[in-house]
Amino acid sequence: MNLFEQVGFLFSSYNIPAAFWVNIQLTFWAAIGALVLGTALGVMRVSPVPSLRWLGTSYVTIFRNTPLTVIMLFGVLGVWSQLKITFSQDFTVNFFIYAVVGLGLYHAAFVCEAVRSGINTVPLGQAEAARAIGLPFIPAARLVLLPQAFRGAVAPLGNVLIALIKNSTVAAAASVATETSSVMRAMIDQNGNLVVLIFMIFAVGYVILVVPVGVLTTSLSRKLAVSR
Amino acid sequence: MSQAVLFDTPGPRARRTILVANVVGGLVAAGIVALVLWKLGQEGQLEASRWTSLFTSRAWTNFFLPGLQNTIVAALYSVVLAIVFGLVFGLGRLAPLAPVRWVAGIVVEFFRAVPVLIMMIALWIGLGYADVLPPADLPLVSVVVALTLYNGSIIAELVRSGVFGLPKGQREAAAAVGMTHNQSLRLVELPQALIAMLPSLMSQFVVILKDSALGSIITFNEFLQLSRQFGAAEGNMLQALVVCALVFILINWMLTKLADLVARRLSRRTAGSTRPQLTADNTGAVVGEVR
Amino acid sequence: MRNVRSVFALAAVAALSLAACTTDAGNPDASETTTDGGSEATSSDGASADCTGGEGSLRIGIKFDQPGLGFQDGSDYTGFDVDVAKYVACELGYGEDAIEFVSAPSAQRENMLQTGQVDMIFATYSITDARKEVVSFAGPYFVAGQDLLVLADNEDITGPEDLNGKNLCSVTGSTSAQKVKDTLASEVQLLEQPGYADCVTVLESGQVDAVTTDDIILAGLAATPANSGKFKVVGNPFSEENYGVGIPQDSDRCEDINTAITKMIDDGAWEEAVTANTEGTGYTPNAELNPPTPAACA
Repeated sequence: MNLFEQVGFLFSSYNIPAAFWVNIQLTFWAAIGALVLGTALGVMRVSPVPSLRWLGTSYVTIFRNTPLTVIMLFGVLGVWSQLKITFSQDFTVNFFIYAVVGLGLYHAAFVCEAVRSGINTVPLGQAEAARAIGLPFIPAARLVLLPQAFRGAVAPLGNVLIALIKNSTVAAAASVATETSSVMRAMIDQNGNLVVLIFMIFAVGYVILVVPVGVLTTSLSRKLAVSR
Repeated sequence: MSQAVLFDTPGPRARRTILVANVVGGLVAAGIVALVLWKLGQEGQLEASRWTSLFTSRAWTNFFLPGLQNTIVAALYSVVLAIVFGLVFGLGRLAPLAPVRWVAGIVVEFFRAVPVLIMMIALWIGLGYADVLPPADLPLVSVVVALTLYNGSIIAELVRSGVFGLPKGQREAAAAVGMTHNQSLRLVELPQALIAMLPSLMSQFVVILKDSALGSIITFNEFLQLSRQFGAAEGNMLQALVVCALVFILINWMLTKLADLVARRLSRRTAGSTRPQLTADNTGAVVGEVR
Repeated sequence: MRNVRSVFALAAVAALSLAACTTDAGNPDASETTTDGGSEATSSDGASADCTGGEGSLRIGIKFDQPGLGFQDGSDYTGFDVDVAKYVACELGYGEDAIEFVSAPSAQRENMLQTGQVDMIFATYSITDARKEVVSFAGPYFVAGQDLLVLADNEDITGPEDLNGKNLCSVTGSTSAQKVKDTLASEVQLLEQPGYADCVTVLESGQVDAVTTDDIILAGLAATPANSGKFKVVGNPFSEENYGVGIPQDSDRCEDINTAITKMIDDGAWEEAVTANTEGTGYTPNAELNPPTPAACA
């Protein structure tokens, strides 16, 4: 077989785009969850309430320092198996959701840090001005601080998104067997002689997914940067 | 920016509200914890026998400590090799010769984009077929190579952004005293960039430690893998995972604190920013701080 | 010379219930007739004086992470595969001090033999035609079959057909669970876990109804002290896996290994090893196929 026939054989024997589609879906839902939770945590960490600040800090310390694999295993072995929290009777759906939750919880810690670094780019005068016109904490954060912070946080948030895309492969540890790393492993197991080609197919697939996100967020961050 | 300007110091009424909210929140949290514990108790996960075996010397000498040792050894190999890789390709991206810059750029961007797990699995099985290494070494080598390529490309970006992140005046001053581009890079910019990088490098070590746990998927006997093995032997998988998670959190937390400390100490010795850049776990550190 | 000694030893077992080499591998006849029978059933520990004659050391590939079959616990190695390996090694003239156990994960077994990293492999290694093209096998020393592990008080599941509408656990990348879904019970839901011990944790909580893989692996897991009495092997195997001793194709040890296996079966040490490693699970190997007769060497 020449190279084209080999590629043809692999693409016709295995549904590679479907595997990537699983990772894209995982990333999509986890990104939404991580963004919402991470922003809330970021606000908590600069809030007037000491207990909320403490909560935010503890969350970040715990989730940022635990390997994602361990979080996934805890989800299945602890939460699902022992606490019996079930999202769906259908295993495929259930563990997909578990993987999304695990990815979301983990990356929320990094979103929180990105938002905080964004808040750090907002000059003191902005907050002072907001306070001067009588805005309490929440409106000041919502109307003045966060809009500017997000502009400053676009680049680090893009980095979190890139990490999330790649880390979605760890969903394999939460019994999601249709995602890319599991499919690649099965393919290599069955076609050992094509290992380099198979790796390149998946590697290039990720390059195609990741590089545009990087380019987009970099140019976006330049465009949105508040010139000061 | 200081958070103090964001809000007034809470007055008596606000303090009372906060206190009430704290009590309510605390009660809710305690309730959830109690519910979880009750449920775990129902499942027999709180039985003393499942926990006591974790504190035997056998658990530590035969499982946890050898696992931790393997994790740390793999991480140390990886970080040293990644620094070498990062310096080579980071300088490659700063080279005056365009083709060198392109090649270095392609290599760095490629390895930043490919998931570490994908690299590990492919290396593990691929090197096995290629038959170039004793199979006993395959898991370690695959883990180290995958972590090196990925983190090396991150460090390459740190080198580049470290040099770019220096104030313009440094380069201009070097030029003013008659240094060539290379001299300026070698004598003025790089030394400062490298010092500025140190805290980021330490946070990158945290990333490496965490990612080495992926090695458990390719039978590398690192900390997670041996923790699970102990759980398998003693029928307390969940409890063994708790130990594993706590140890990881403790080590990584200490490293992060250390990185912050070093950053503060070093900030006087360089014109660059020593704040650990936000390498969101596995993300690139290209931008770090937006100025 | 070696064969002569083996034959002598065999005769000695039959006649005297005492064999030089089996003092360490258990002494079944003695333990049946006398209560204070010298050595313990489980053990193959304590080097025997007579495991001599081999040159250098023997590198044996086993599983390191499968309780009941091949498990590393510090410098101790336990399990059925380990017991058989130690017995065979002794017959070949290698005492325990001369054995070096090496981890042999499933994906690397052929490779380890082809490259000469190990001299033999005892690691739940099924004899298949595909594998025979690249490595040789002695044995089989055990015939396993794919089976189900369920909670000890479970009465509804007696075979794979009962799994429709139930939940089944197996390890990531293993084909055994997929086979059940494809051919025996299409309505079953599959959970994939990194290891069988994780599956057992989930089984205990009741979130899955059964765990599937080879019966002896299941029995070995269920027999660990912490799990004792909680689980049972259904005992209705639906495949046939002939566990062989993997050896390099140029190895000349096949005949000797087969002789050792036959001897181990004849003197009862084999059965002792099975019982000791699956105790408390109500498991008995498929009697029609066990103990097996080693196949002729190629």
